[in-house]
Amino acid sequence: MTVPTEAALIAANPLRDPRDRRIPRLAGPCAVVMFGVTGDLARKKLLPALYDLANRGLLPPGFSLVGFARRDWTDEDFDRQVYDAVRAHARTPFRDAVWRQLSEGIRFVRGEFAEDEAFDNLAATLAKLDRERGTGGNYAFYLSVPPRAFPEVVGQLKRSGLSTPQPEHGRMPWRRVVIEKPFGHDLASARELNRTLDSVFPASAVFRIDHYLGKETVQNLLALRFANELFEPIWNRGYVDHVQITMAEDIGIGGRAGYYDGIGAARDVIQNHLLQLLALTAMEEPVSFAAESLRAEKQKVLSAVKLPDNLALGTARGQYSAGWQGGIEVIGFLEEDGIPASSTTETYAAVRLDIDTRRWAGVPFYLRTGKRLPTRMTEIAVMFQRAPHLPFAATDTQELGQNALVIRVQPDEGVTLRFGSKVPGSAMEVRDVNMDFAYGESFTEASPEAYERLLLDVLIGDPPLFPRQEEVELSWQILDPIENFWASQGKPEQYPAGSAGPPGADELMARDGRAWRRI
Amino acid sequence: MIEDLTDTTAGEIRARLARARDQQGGPTTGVVLNLIIMTDESRQHDAVRAASQAGRAHPSRVLGVITRDAGGDSRLDAEIRTGDGAPGQTVLLRLHGLMSLHADSVVAPLLVPDTPVVTWWPGTVPPVPSAEPVGALAQRRITDAVSAGTPAETLVALAAAYKPGDTDFSWTRATPWRSLLAATLDGGVGTVTGGVVAAEEHNPSADLLAAWLGRRLGAPFRRDVSGGPGITSVTLLTEDGEVTISRPDGRNATLSLPGQPDRHVALHRRETADLLAEELRALYPDEVYGETLAAMAASRTERR
Repeated sequence: MTVPTEAALIAANPLRDPRDRRIPRLAGPCAVVMFGVTGDLARKKLLPALYDLANRGLLPPGFSLVGFARRDWTDEDFDRQVYDAVRAHARTPFRDAVWRQLSEGIRFVRGEFAEDEAFDNLAATLAKLDRERGTGGNYAFYLSVPPRAFPEVVGQLKRSGLSTPQPEHGRMPWRRVVIEKPFGHDLASARELNRTLDSVFPASAVFRIDHYLGKETVQNLLALRFANELFEPIWNRGYVDHVQITMAEDIGIGGRAGYYDGIGAARDVIQNHLLQLLALTAMEEPVSFAAESLRAEKQKVLSAVKLPDNLALGTARGQYSAGWQGGIEVIGFLEEDGIPASSTTETYAAVRLDIDTRRWAGVPFYLRTGKRLPTRMTEIAVMFQRAPHLPFAATDTQELGQNALVIRVQPDEGVTLRFGSKVPGSAMEVRDVNMDFAYGESFTEASPEAYERLLLDVLIGDPPLFPRQEEVELSWQILDPIENFWASQGKPEQYPAGSAGPPGADELMARDGRAWRRI
Repeated sequence: MIEDLTDTTAGEIRARLARARDQQGGPTTGVVLNLIIMTDESRQHDAVRAASQAGRAHPSRVLGVITRDAGGDSRLDAEIRTGDGAPGQTVLLRLHGLMSLHADSVVAPLLVPDTPVVTWWPGTVPPVPSAEPVGALAQRRITDAVSAGTPAETLVALAAAYKPGDTDFSWTRATPWRSLLAATLDGGVGTVTGGVVAAEEHNPSADLLAAWLGRRLGAPFRRDVSGGPGITSVTLLTEDGEVTISRPDGRNATLSLPGQPDRHVALHRRETADLLAEELRALYPDEVYGETLAAMAASRTERR
């Protein structure tokens, strides 16, 4: 007997009608198993996101949540933790009825990753949930734990049989695994990590979360480019001068010294977030928005990325030193707890990348990220060429800059279009003005948080917003030569906390006759 | 900020709105739609509050139109609210005298250009929404059959008057049930041969839900009367047995499938602001509603 797939059943559902846009896709019966429930991410984002999904009516009846951790907790203790996290961080209003339903399905399994018994308990707990709450054998394993623990956890899932579903009620249940960045720290380790996962889960069951891709603005970038006639005709070397992609943070490394030292800004941010943003900005139009088509275009453009010939001239890195950030005196990176004074880890990284395609030949993409910069912001700025001829006196257009289309990813999500306009008065004077679409300002309250969207996509099994291993490897192929070069260059430049980065980054732009946008 | 204007004109209100925008640095830039609310004094407060809550998801210029007695002299009073916590702007318009029969002449100049128009009647349902002057301005017309004494008859009348773009809150209220039912059938429950929708007596959402299920599943659906609140259960008869979603308390539902454990899920009744937000999400004609409404009206006529 053939077991019908989920997709086939849904296609055959007479209550579904593509014209009926009111009815959302709901996840089918399932349970989420969370490893690392005591972490910050679980408390601030994941657990509240699950409640918000329940509150929006997007979780299936019988949905269950199993926490797995070393703590000596009972189900009730864990329930209390989830409750506190929901009360503190959920975005939708608290409803007692919704909470009670969620709470009924909360379980806790105590154990170490090395303990066979703990995972046997987990398997028994899940089997019991299938019987009592009808979770149908569909489990998503969320590994909110350091990557070094992956082999052990994944190995245990295999050993306990949790990774291999058995047909139930004439259907084949699914098993999915969700991992967070970092996906390795270089190409070799990324491949090693993938081998670990691959040995147990098929590639289609592995969901890599890059929460940037769950943000509305990032998805809006696709709408902006491909739903409009206005932008795509000029989205090429004929009109674009260069592109700047920035992720600036005002905070330092905080308590993440253990993770951050030896990793640095480029591996932490450029490899995943910024290269994904680059791919979405630069890729060709996908033939459809199906995961495969989207991925094909992203991979094509990532494989066409070319590094600067001279890495010394085309990259810059820095470490923040003590200074004043936003009116507060802060210490330097080398003085942070847990960072050795000899650390060469960068907290700022900038790099010029070129894309060897007909569309982008000669149009540099400048990527930068850093900590302890003046403010927190992420944006993609497409900077257009100057008009080839200006029929005004030179003095009239002194204050006219380049036209720019800026996609603000966070905070204050939105789009700004910058162009020249006449200053009112009798003289002809042209100055830059902004046309602003304040997407974030007006819509954030009701729009789902990135993690909500991504968790729901995992449970539905909808993969377009998740990078695949191929993209991860391509990103490391871009970054590895830069990291190797930096490793041979000794200490990074220092930049005072609260400044816009090291002088080397400004020089990088100045050599090309350009300047960074103000952070 | 609230500004009161007595015996004013649409032109004056426009000028004040523009000035408020200049002073506050452009709060209308994010306005995505115009929402006209046709109401009376008694419902005005709740309707405008729901609109400004929904406005968090859909920043709107809200025009609350309150028609006073048609006798006496024509006069327009206005109350302009800007920047009070919610995005967008709200203008309450009180139309006295003969002017109350020409509300569209006051409303039309106050619409934000290049932006869709929605008209909502929270109270009295007009006989033909699309034929109303303020209804003709809109691409989306929202009524609420529950506000009528005989909701089912009102829906039948709305079916006869239906034009693409019409919609009714009794349909919106059925969405959580419909999505739960659709999700249940995603799991494959076998062929449905019939069923029952149980709800309190005057519940047009249940009538629509039964009509929708009957039409989509090609099987007869009965409408039973229960004590409420709202819809209390939906039963599908399948080859393998009964599939039931029951919600006796208006909050928590239990899903029962043959041979499977009961599953629980929260299924709460929603506030007006949530209903309005759902309606404002998609502004193109809801064809599925149109078809369901026609089917429901046809089955009622048959029964007589």
